[in-house]
Parts: sequence; structure tokens; C-alpha cells
Amino acid sequence: MFPKPIEKSSRSVQIGYQSLLPVALILWLLPLIAVALFSVKPAADFSTGDYWNLPSQFGGWENYGKVFFESDMPRYLLNSILITVPTAIGAVALSCMAGFALGIYNFKANLWLFFMFVAGNFVPFQILMVPVRDLTLDLGLYNTKTGLVLFHIAFQTGFCTLFMRNFIKGLPFALIEAARVEGVAEWKIFIYVVLPLMKPAIAALAVLIFTFIWNDYFWAVVLTQGAESQPVTAGITSFNAQYRAAYHLMSAGAIVAALPPVAMFFLMQKHFIAGLTLGAVK
Amino acid sequence: MTTTAVPPITPEPQRRSWYKRNEISVTPWLFLIPAILFFLVYVIFPIFQSFNLSAYQWDGLGEKEYVGLSNYKELWDDPAFYTSLKNNLIWLVLYLLAIPAGLFIALFLNQTVAGIRIYKSLFFFPFVISQVVVGLVFTWFYDPTFGLLNSVLGVVGLGPVNVLGDPTYVTYGIIAAGLWPQTAYCMILYLTGLNAVDPEQVEAARLDGAKGWKMLWYVIVPQLKPATFIAFVVTIVGALRSFDLISIMTNGGPFGESRVLSFYMFEVALSEYGFRMGYGAAIAVVLFLIMLCFIAYFLYSMYKEQKGH
Amino acid sequence: MRFTYKASIAALSTVAVVAGGSLSASAQELTGDLKIFLDTSNPAPRATMEKAIAQFGELNPDLNIETTIIDREAYKTQIRNFLTANSPDVANWYAANRMKPYVEAGLFEDVSDLWAEPEIAENLASTKGAMTIDGKQWGVPYTYYQWGIYYRKDIFGELGLSEPTNWEEEKANCAKIVESGRACYAIGSKFLWTAGGWFDYLNLRTNGFDFHMELANGDVSWEDDRVRATFANWRELIDMGGFLENHQSYSWQEALPFMVQGDAASYLIGNFAVAPLREAGLSDDQLDFYQFPAINPDVALAEDAPTDTFHIPSGASNKENAKAFLRFMVSPDIQTQINAGDALGQLPVNAKSAVDDDKFLNEGFTMLSSNSPGGVAQFFDRDFPAEMAKVAMEGLQEFMVRPDNLDAILARLEKARGRIYK
Repeated sequence: MFPKPIEKSSRSVQIGYQSLLPVALILWLLPLIAVALFSVKPAADFSTGDYWNLPSQFGGWENYGKVFFESDMPRYLLNSILITVPTAIGAVALSCMAGFALGIYNFKANLWLFFMFVAGNFVPFQILMVPVRDLTLDLGLYNTKTGLVLFHIAFQTGFCTLFMRNFIKGLPFALIEAARVEGVAEWKIFIYVVLPLMKPAIAALAVLIFTFIWNDYFWAVVLTQGAESQPVTAGITSFNAQYRAAYHLMSAGAIVAALPPVAMFFLMQKHFIAGLTLGAVK
Repeated sequence: MTTTAVPPITPEPQRRSWYKRNEISVTPWLFLIPAILFFLVYVIFPIFQSFNLSAYQWDGLGEKEYVGLSNYKELWDDPAFYTSLKNNLIWLVLYLLAIPAGLFIALFLNQTVAGIRIYKSLFFFPFVISQVVVGLVFTWFYDPTFGLLNSVLGVVGLGPVNVLGDPTYVTYGIIAAGLWPQTAYCMILYLTGLNAVDPEQVEAARLDGAKGWKMLWYVIVPQLKPATFIAFVVTIVGALRSFDLISIMTNGGPFGESRVLSFYMFEVALSEYGFRMGYGAAIAVVLFLIMLCFIAYFLYSMYKEQKGH
Repeated sequence: MRFTYKASIAALSTVAVVAGGSLSASAQELTGDLKIFLDTSNPAPRATMEKAIAQFGELNPDLNIETTIIDREAYKTQIRNFLTANSPDVANWYAANRMKPYVEAGLFEDVSDLWAEPEIAENLASTKGAMTIDGKQWGVPYTYYQWGIYYRKDIFGELGLSEPTNWEEEKANCAKIVESGRACYAIGSKFLWTAGGWFDYLNLRTNGFDFHMELANGDVSWEDDRVRATFANWRELIDMGGFLENHQSYSWQEALPFMVQGDAASYLIGNFAVAPLREAGLSDDQLDFYQFPAINPDVALAEDAPTDTFHIPSGASNKENAKAFLRFMVSPDIQTQINAGDALGQLPVNAKSAVDDDKFLNEGFTMLSSNSPGGVAQFFDRDFPAEMAKVAMEGLQEFMVRPDNLDAILARLEKARGRIYK
């Protein structure tokens, strides 16, 4: 193990390390702590120019109440869910199938197709912007959640296929051979043999896609407008325009927008990290 | 390419025989069709469409007008383009700091003391937050009147600095905000990588008297190569995609000094005063070509690895 | 922000207000649908529009009205999408060059026939120019407002200053304000256009309305000495330290607290700033208004008065209903109602309407109707073509922060001029 395990050091080094940890953490999260503090300060503190003292009284109920009951935030949050969940399902479904095809079968175009997905995954969004926007307008899907979902599924398929294909490559091929000898149809092999083994990968990918899509801002701005379809990342800018210079409300709004992926991360931490770090260890 | 998307469920008896005979070669295509279709329509074709569009003048409303290479010619002496390009390079270089910084934090946290798991999660947490929120948080952090940064600088007798309002600092200020989540990302990659470091090798090196920097550089870092490669890939991609932070924190300002190509492209084509789809497409093509160098390198590395297996 | 309701359930309003109106459309009731898109997302304008639309709905109970209100900033980029993809029957927008791209792309309907009707021709004559492109009219105005210098009367009193009437007094005042440790002018130039307001006034006062319009139309070089004279005047204020520091980091709203807290003594801005300033606690004893003073005595005073407008997209499916709605919105009584101090708080476009009895509205109305002999401009980003406005306003912001860069800025704008006005 590297660096040297701290248990092997002297008592004072251990204490020093243990007390350094919280200090480092606070420094690391300082900007965020500041926003959390802002979000529970009453409006009065800001109008008197008192930004950095502790709240003169707890204004959290009022601030968060405004966010939830007097703004479009709940609608934006709902939109985010209605965009994120179908995208995660769609992208995972497509990439399970594509990953299965590329991971199990040997055919000429295999590596080329695989590279197409990988390369597409790295493309800068901007080169897709105008054509995708036009396509979405032509399909009549501009400013709909469906339009956004379809694009996200397509784009995420690149990364997901890379992920799934590598995962399936790592499965014991003998299992498939055995099933083939038994005369099991190929599509049945996918459903009954491979899919059950892919559960951890599916969980990891679903959590990851959820976070990526939840946090998307660019495409939300390009393909949607207004509260009926915009997700919360784009919605928060309208929210901020409404409460410009009302820092306590903007902070509360920011915290609310950030919370769902954070909750997702803490609940599904194992899968999340497994997904992110696939390939970091060989 | 196969054009019929027949679902591979209970085919008719007559077809079954054909299907059965060719099962192994047909099945992968059936499984691939939906993914390929989506990917072609939404990713591959649009790339070519953008190339095509960059030869036109189009306001997004009326008719397109073919102008050949004139968009590129204009790009050639557009000072805003060079500012964006310069900033893109700064992003590329400085964003890479996330890799050593992530390694440093990973080493710091790679211990087994009580509660360390919570610490690791909390250190990782900036990555989970959307860049929009990160942008807002840092905008307030830098605020010239009440920002925490200036309050802290004030205590040590420095400042005040208006980071986001000063053309010399603005790009660095935004990159610093971007480094925050990116470092967290690299950190988690390295933490996983460190888990897999071979303890025997470390012990053997220790017996040989290696420690500190030498140990890190000659024994640990080589073993972390896969993690470093992924960290490099995601950091480069992240640097070239930087849009959210700029849009939220400065909107490209002051006077366009914090623009990068991805933002400039959006500004020219779709923002409040932007009506130049063709010119935007030309900028996107340049950005794409820069990325293409890296994509080629990534693919080459992967290709080598595939052959190695 | 989007809001939809059916006219049939919106029965909040009083028909009495509109009953006296001279509504040719109300002679026969309308049927069918009417789809309206608006950008009036701020609370007061939103309520105002909803009320007026409800009244129109009551006059036409069989008309099915659907109103969509989109966030004001988002609307600016989204208009091009809905005009091409799913047109409403009525959309609001801005006058002059700001509507030009849509007119040229054939996305706005020619409504010259409305302007031929005597009701509109006579009562809206003053705004006809701003609605005309190629000799045709492409929409109707529904409100406009003055720009000028809003200032802290109490601070002026404390420093013994009075409203300046010429450039020397303006500068002398500013010197005293700076001496007292305050900024003369609050401004937030993060979104650029506020700097455009300053340029408008300095250029209108230095070179006059006609020159300003020639520049807007691309007929004069940005490197012309007259343009330089404008910047030289501006520079005097900058060098004095007259402008709020770090203004490039603030929106116009974020600069308001400086004025409220007394760190800045005045603000060159539109009348829309009055509502938030009052809301932040400034009483009418503390807040006052003066016309931007003369700089060059040989130049007739001209003002900025941006006009907001209604248009019928050419893709609209209920154009007759839309025209009836436009007639309704510019009628004298509705104009009085929607522009009142507790509604939009702006000026009515119909000559037969009454200006609400509000200190700032009265001053603005008097100024625009009797003390603006030079002419009335729309606003920088409405008079200049969109692309030129964007490049230029960036240059203006740069000038305010780095006045020494002027030569490079002007060279850049001149180059942009060569490209944009082809």
C-alpha cells in the first residue's frame, strides 16, 4: 500500500493526520458551504450588507418555501426526472444490445463499429448543435422532453456501448459456448445467460447516465425553452433572472437543483464509482 | 448494412431455417441496428452536415446561400476567434493540472482511518454537482463586493480582485472553478487505481530503500498508468467541451475575453444577437479538428491495446 | 415561464373599462382560436397582460384564447424557433432594426392595412416610423418608456448639487460626488446593453440624432472624428472615476443596490428601473429624474425611448383574430390601463390615452413630447443591426474598462461595419 499506512506512524502523526482531514475537507468544500449558508440567511441580512456573518435568524424555511411554492422550480425538477429516467433506460437498453453484439461476435466490421461509437463519444457537442436542432425542429420535437430524450439516448449510446462491450468482453466466454452447444437460440443467450450477468454494469451505467443527463445544460438550452420542458439546470437561470440579486433565494435554488444527483450518488455510491472507474484498473 | 429491423422473436417457420443457418452472422446486426441507427442520425450525419453548412451563409430563418470558403477566410482574421483559440489552449494545458492534483488528494486520502470512506465521498462530491451550480457557486465566491475570495484576501492585506471582471484573470478564474470537479474526478480514478497497486512490489521497493518521491515516481505511478490514461482522456474532453461554466459565470465577458471556441460558436449561431449558422458551423469544424487529433490518439492507444490482447 | 389558460374561465376583469373604447372589432364577436406568445414574465407586466387579454376574451366569449408567457431573456433567442416552427397568432417583440431579421425573412405579417385605418393612423402616428421597414408596417407598438438619469435627490441635496442642464455642470456635479466617496453613475454592464445606453446619449448629445442614425445604418465610419469626440466626452467621466467600479461583473439589477445604499448617486437607465428602486425602499423624496444634459449646444436634444411591439407571425393561422387583438391593445382605454403606474408603469402609444399620474411618467411624457426636438431613437441594440450591436457593445464595455484601447476598438468596429452592412 502506498503511501505508508498511517497506523505504522507515530501517535502524533496519526493525530495530526486525523485533525488535518476535517480542515482539508472544509477548505475543499468552502465555496459550497458558503452557498449553503447563504440559502438559510434571511433576506434582511443581505439588504444590510451582512454577507458573511452567521444568519441573524434561520431563514431556511422561507427561502426554500419560496423555491418550492412560489416558483417554477418544482416543474423544472419534474422535467429533469422525465428527461433523465427515460434517457437512462433507453441508453442502457440500446447499449446492452450493441455491447452484446460487439463483445460476443467476431465479424469484420466489429472493431470499426466499436471505434465509431468511441470516437462519437468524444466529439465536441458544438459540431452537432445546428444540425440536431434543425432535425428536432423538423420532427416537431423542438421544445419537447421527447426531443431532448431522443438526442441524449443517441449521444450517450457511444459511451454506454464502450462500457458495455468492455464489460461483456470480461465475462467468461465458456458460458456462451456451453449454451450454444445446448442449442439455445442466440437471442435467448442474450436474455437468459448474458443479461443476468450484466446487472452490476447496468446499475453502474444507469446511475452514471442519470447524473450526466441531470447535469446537462448545453442541450437543454439548445433544444428546449420555457418551463414546460426545460430541465432544472436551464430552469435555474430563469429562476435567477426572476430573483436577480436575491442571493438567499438563488442559493436555495442552486442547492435544490444540485441535490438529486448528490442523493443518487450517496445512495448508489458503489455502483457509481464502479462505473466511473471502469478501466482505471487493469 | 441490414435495413430490416426484424425483432429476433419467434420468426416464421420458413424464415427460421434461413435465420437458423445464418444465426451467428445475422444476430449481431439485429442487436446493433437500433444503436447504429440512433448514432448515425444524431451523431455521425450531423458532423457531415456541419461541415457542409460551414460553406453556407444562413441566418437560420431564410434561405441558405452558398459562400464556399468565405466563412473560414473570415475566421482567419477574426480577433475573437483567436481569443477563443488562445483560451482553448490555456484550458487544455491548465485543465491537465487536475491529474496531479487528483493524484495528490488520492494519496492524501489513501489511508484506513475511521470515517475515511465518508471523507472520500465528500471530497468527490463536487463532481456530482452540475457545472451550472458550480459556476454559480464560484461566481459568488469571486464576487467583487461580497465574495469570499476578497474577504479572505482582505484579511491577509491583499486585493480586492475582480477575478471575473478582469480580462487578465477571467479565464484562469473559470478554469479554477472547472478544476474543482475535475480534480475530484481524477482523485476517484486514482483512489481506485491505488487499490490495485501490487503491495508486494511496494514492499520489495521499500526493502531496496525506495521511499517518498522516488517510490511514487518509479514504482507507483507506472502501476497507475491505466488510471492516468483515463484521467487524461476525460480531462481533455472536458477542457474542449467547456461551455457551461463560461456561459454561467461570464457569458464570454468581459468584452469577450473569456470566450472559448465552443462558447463562441454558440454565441455566433444561437445567442440573442447571433444569426450566423454557417459561421458557427465553421468554428465548430475547427474545434472538431482539434479534437480529432486527440480522438485519433485515443483510438490508436485503444487499437494497440486491442491487438495486445 | 409558461402560463396557459382559457379565456372562458378568466372572468376577473371589468368590461366597463373597455366598453367606452372605439373598437371596430367588437362590433362583431370573434370565434375560433387565438394563440398569443408574450415575454412579459416579470410579475407586474405579466398580470397587466393577463388582465387585458381576459378583457378581450370577455368581449369575445366564443373566442378560444391561449396565452403563453416565456421568460423575457429566453424569449429573445426562442422567438426565431417558434416563428419558424410553431407560430402563434400574436407575438410581442421590439421595434426598428430589432425586428428587421424577421421582417426580411418574411416571418412577420405586413399589417399596413391596420395602419391605414384612421383610428390607428391618427393616434399612433408618432411611432409609425419605428414600425416601418421598406415603406410597410410590420406590427403595432403597445408601450414605450423614457431613458434618462435617475438620481438620489437626498444625496444631491446633501452635497448642494442641483439638476445639471449642460455638460460642464454634469461634470462639476460628478466631481463633487466622487469627492464624497461615491460613484456618480451606477451601471451593470455584464450583459453589455447598458453601455449602449451611455453611448446613445453621449453620441446623440455630441453629434445629434441624424448622425447617430447614420452610424446605426452603417453610413459613417467608426473611426470618424465625430465618433471620437463622443468617446472623448465619455472618457472625461471615466477618468474622473465617475462609473461604478467592477460594473462589468454586474447585471443592471445587481447594480441597483449601490444606488439604494447610497454608494452611487445616479443611474442612466430606462423607466423600468423605478419599480425595483421603489420596492427596495427609495421614496419619491429620495429618487428623482433629469433629462440627460446638453453637451454640444448646437445639437437638438434627442432621446432614447424604446418601443415594445406586437406582431402577427406570417405563419399564424388566425390572422383576422390577431388583427382584432392588435386593434384592441392599441385602443385609447386599454393603452391607458396597461401603461398605468400600477401596471406596466410606462407610456401609452395612443395619443388619446391618458398618462398615469406618476411623477416619473409625467416627467418622461413631457420630456418626450415637448423637449426632444432632435428626434426619438429606439435604443442601441434596436437601432443597430443585431450583429453590429453585439460587436459594438462589447467594444463599449471594453472602452469603459480600458479606455486606452480605444483605437484598437474603433478599428475592430470599423472592420465589422465593412462586413455587416453589405
